[in-house]
Amino acid sequence: MLVSLNWLKDYIDVSDYTPEELAEIITKTGIEVESVEPVAEAAQGVVVGYVKSCEQHPNADKLSLCQVDVGEETLQIVCGAPNIAQGQKVAVATPGAVLPGNFKIKKTKLRGEASNGMICSLQELGVNEKEVPEEYKEGIFVFPDDVEAGEDAISLLNLDDKIIELGLTPNRSDALSMAGVAYEVAAAIDGSYTLAEENVKESEEAASDYISVNVEDEKANPYYGAFVIKDIEVRPAPLWMRNRLTAAGIRPINNVVDITNYVLLEYGQPLHAFDYDRFGTKTIVTRRANDGEVITTLDDQERTLTQDHLVITNGEEAHAIAGVMGGAKSEVQDDTTTLILEAAYFAPSIVRQSSKDHGLRSESSTRFEKGVDPNRVERAGKRACELLQKYANGTVLGDVVSFDELDRSEKQVTIETSLINKRLGTDISHEEIGQILRRLQFTFVQDGEAFHISVPTRRGDIERFEDMLEEVARIYGYDNLPFTLPAGANQAGGLSLNQQLKRKMKTYFEGAGLNETITYSLTKEPWAKMLVSPEVQREAASPVGLAMPMSEEHSHLRLSILPELLQSLSYNVARKQNDLAYYEIGTVFISDEEKVRTQPKEVLRASGALTGEWLAHPWQQEKKMVDFFVVKGIVEGLSEQLDISFTYEKSRLPQMHPGRTAIIKAGDKEVGFIGQVHPKLQKEFGLKETYVFDLNAEELMEQYTKEEAFQAIPRYPSVSRDIALVVDEDVAAGAIAETISEAGAPLVKDVRVFDLYQGEHLEDGKKSLAFNLLYLDPMRTLKDQEVEEAHNHILQSVKDQHAAELRS
Amino acid sequence: MKERLEQLKQEALQKVEQAENVQGLKDVRVEYLGKKGPITEVLRGMGKLSKEERPVIGQLANDVREQIAEAIETKQTRLEDEALEKQLEEESIDVTLPGRPVQVGGPHLLTSIVEEIEDLFIGMGFEIKEGPEVETDYYNFEALNLPKGHPARDMQDSFYITEELLLRTHTSPVQARTMGQKDGSEVVKMICPGKVYRRDTDDATHSHQFTQLEGLLVDKDVRMSDLKGVLNAFAKQMFGDDRDIRLRPSFFPFTEPSVEMDISCKVCGGEGCSVCKQTGWIEILGGGMVHPNVLEMAGYDPKEYSGFAFGMGPERIAMLKYGVDDIRNFYTNDARFLKQYHKA
Ligand SMILES: [Zn+2]
Repeated sequence: MLVSLNWLKDYIDVSDYTPEELAEIITKTGIEVESVEPVAEAAQGVVVGYVKSCEQHPNADKLSLCQVDVGEETLQIVCGAPNIAQGQKVAVATPGAVLPGNFKIKKTKLRGEASNGMICSLQELGVNEKEVPEEYKEGIFVFPDDVEAGEDAISLLNLDDKIIELGLTPNRSDALSMAGVAYEVAAAIDGSYTLAEENVKESEEAASDYISVNVEDEKANPYYGAFVIKDIEVRPAPLWMRNRLTAAGIRPINNVVDITNYVLLEYGQPLHAFDYDRFGTKTIVTRRANDGEVITTLDDQERTLTQDHLVITNGEEAHAIAGVMGGAKSEVQDDTTTLILEAAYFAPSIVRQSSKDHGLRSESSTRFEKGVDPNRVERAGKRACELLQKYANGTVLGDVVSFDELDRSEKQVTIETSLINKRLGTDISHEEIGQILRRLQFTFVQDGEAFHISVPTRRGDIERFEDMLEEVARIYGYDNLPFTLPAGANQAGGLSLNQQLKRKMKTYFEGAGLNETITYSLTKEPWAKMLVSPEVQREAASPVGLAMPMSEEHSHLRLSILPELLQSLSYNVARKQNDLAYYEIGTVFISDEEKVRTQPKEVLRASGALTGEWLAHPWQQEKKMVDFFVVKGIVEGLSEQLDISFTYEKSRLPQMHPGRTAIIKAGDKEVGFIGQVHPKLQKEFGLKETYVFDLNAEELMEQYTKEEAFQAIPRYPSVSRDIALVVDEDVAAGAIAETISEAGAPLVKDVRVFDLYQGEHLEDGKKSLAFNLLYLDPMRTLKDQEVEEAHNHILQSVKDQHAAELRS
Repeated sequence: MKERLEQLKQEALQKVEQAENVQGLKDVRVEYLGKKGPITEVLRGMGKLSKEERPVIGQLANDVREQIAEAIETKQTRLEDEALEKQLEEESIDVTLPGRPVQVGGPHLLTSIVEEIEDLFIGMGFEIKEGPEVETDYYNFEALNLPKGHPARDMQDSFYITEELLLRTHTSPVQARTMGQKDGSEVVKMICPGKVYRRDTDDATHSHQFTQLEGLLVDKDVRMSDLKGVLNAFAKQMFGDDRDIRLRPSFFPFTEPSVEMDISCKVCGGEGCSVCKQTGWIEILGGGMVHPNVLEMAGYDPKEYSGFAFGMGPERIAMLKYGVDDIRNFYTNDARFLKQYHKA
């Protein structure tokens, strides 16, 4: 809502405050002021001048020589505007005047003739080019006749005004009117304001002889008032009214339309004027539209209606969509002489539906949608009649013709001083609360410490104690509330075990060199199905999709973090950042329903994607590209951090490199996978070799056990033995290590691969694997012979199970 | 013999002095202290001496031996030190060459902000609660005083999956769920951070996915001044002791009274500048006293229980605190952006 400060001053004395101070007070008591802007850059010394004569400049074709009466004197001024003419009243910057841009006006000579001032265009007075009416764009501004020479032109043009922009919350629709703002400001500054009585002189003739009103759906339209005004002269509205409309962001059209808009701004009540002679009948019928009914609205659009919309008809055809827009047929035109002026209450829901269905959000519909003040509907009609009488020469016929089932009762709310203070943490006196209610102009009856309040209908947002609590608090001032801390029993706050574990995992990944990312949960459908861990794939029917996605890019919920993670890598690689190590812990959405009806299961997963150089240390000739084992090392480190052992089973997974991918198990549960992205998919993302891992973080948290038995540092020495085995090249090192562990139990405590060799001195198809074995008995020193026996047993076992020969 | 020994000592010490390396010293040792050396020879000739003279000369010979040995020892240590020093000099490196890089990762800026806020409220006795991102219409709206048909829940604003399921538009359903799990008498003191989703076209200031962090306290006789006190403590810790807060009236369907909280502008100190749009204040969060309808729906009697709730956007806080000017930066994961804020 744009509030003209000059207009507001008509209603309430705010002279004690600068506009900025006033804005601050309004903001702090309840309505946020978004800005305070002057209408135009300040100009000084500009007055109305009467052009007594206007002749051709003797030495210049395109200049005029004017004698201009500026009140106290007559000035000779040379003017170059094409539209200057004798008899006009114009804006004159007299010598000494200052125009926007600090342009000082001096006496001068132009082509040999004295020029003592300047006749101004609106642009020269600081009016924004786009707000200048078409007829004055190429020349000077011409005042209407009713102004006097010597009057302050800046003030007449309202160029000294400031506009306060209010950011209204949906509950404060009462401030969608100047009257509402005046009530609010009066409460805020403890000033006084009441909406003045309307003053209409009605003629002898009865409106009911001209029109009747019929309402079919009284729930949707509980009040419909029709005023009839004759002898209308359609012409431009007075300058001040046009200025105020412009200031509020409404383009002036003609006096009739401008007056309805003016009252809409003043009272917050939308009105509509029909041309009586073009209306067609003497009967107004408001009803639900028929499905498929068509109306051409004021904007010349043909609109098809349904039963969800309310229309104003002449009993035969629709002439307006109620509360939203009038019809083209009965539009007020220059030759209009008789008006039907509609002042009605349309239910918020039906107007909302119409404006939504037709994509028409207007000054009018927004107000109806939020609910207008039932006690101001008819008064607004009268106010418009008053102005039509005054500024359009109208004759208002006797009495409004109306249908009236409107509830105008005031809501009753009771508050108690003690409860107010208990809820606010304050110590406001009973008297002060009474004073606050008086400032708000809420009438009340006192009963002990209770106030029984009648809430004015303009404040439809107030229904119960808590609403009044807010009213009292905001006028008392939020600044005046004390700072306290909750008095209740103190509980120890903290993180749950899983929240701690999530942080632990993050800290681990970051220490291991990965950067955390946050990607979108909504992804494109193909990506929602891509790189999904097999255990998730088995559980999920298909990815959960949105009913109405905004774009294909974000249409489905992810089943894997990896595709969007690869997208992040791709984004960076495209920007020449090639060495990347990313991880993310986030939710994936698993539904086992083909057509989703219940909430999907949300599972936290920890995923990573790495590409490029892992280590680059060129001057010492060290360089390591990310490979499977870099990423596996990171995953193994996590398993160590959480003390959960993982096993890796080589697997073929879609979109993954068939020879470089493994499923990861924790215990006998599959928890994810690791491997190289399939080169084809890498290429699609514009990536070189890229490795990923994807783990079920929630399952890991589940398996994590916090209480670990204390393990004593061994007191006895361990024995280290190496063995080198020759096996077929497709025998997995992990399988041999497992055999060694099993065969060497309980003495073998650790088995590590320390060498892998293939090539010269070995048969084709064979490889040599060297293991380091650690023998230990925590309770005693081992004898050589025991170790020897165990070692031989191990050798036999690997020979039996893997055809492994000791390398000679 | 005395003179002979004295002479040998002088000779030997001079040769020690002249020795240029360890080998030279070795030669001196062999020459004078060896089994065939002159001192041994002198000792051998002691038989010729009287009984009285023998121990005197013997003693003297030993002294000479020791002095020579000591001189050799001292010289040797000096030579070795010099040799070591020379060797170390040769081993000298250019310490300005770069070290072997260690991969260091770090958290996302939003995570840093969220965890910082979490820790602040944990310190004030709050728990952290989480909830589903795909919510039911009931918990996302109805339980929060946004019945069907309420203008604030226009289809435009949310991503629906079915008529009853949608991506949560705020983290408030976690509050409704947590309250609902209590039996209408337990204290609720929680914050809930998480991802939320709205039907917005991504641009510099809008993102269809963003982060929210909300807090809730429900107890007997929670006061609005408590909200002010808690938020003040939060703001001072988060933004600095020199920042002031103010509350302004506002509107949210799930709180009444509702507030918006501003903190004083850091750039101008409250004087007014372009950052704070000349107001001296910057909007940080919204909140208020829990609406009685919300309490009732969760099983709390609003006559006995009251509460406050507040909510903020970590993106906005990050943007204010670190001058991030485009919300999309949080989700494109540009490595240069991510790394810039690791110390945040
Ligand atoms: Zn500032």
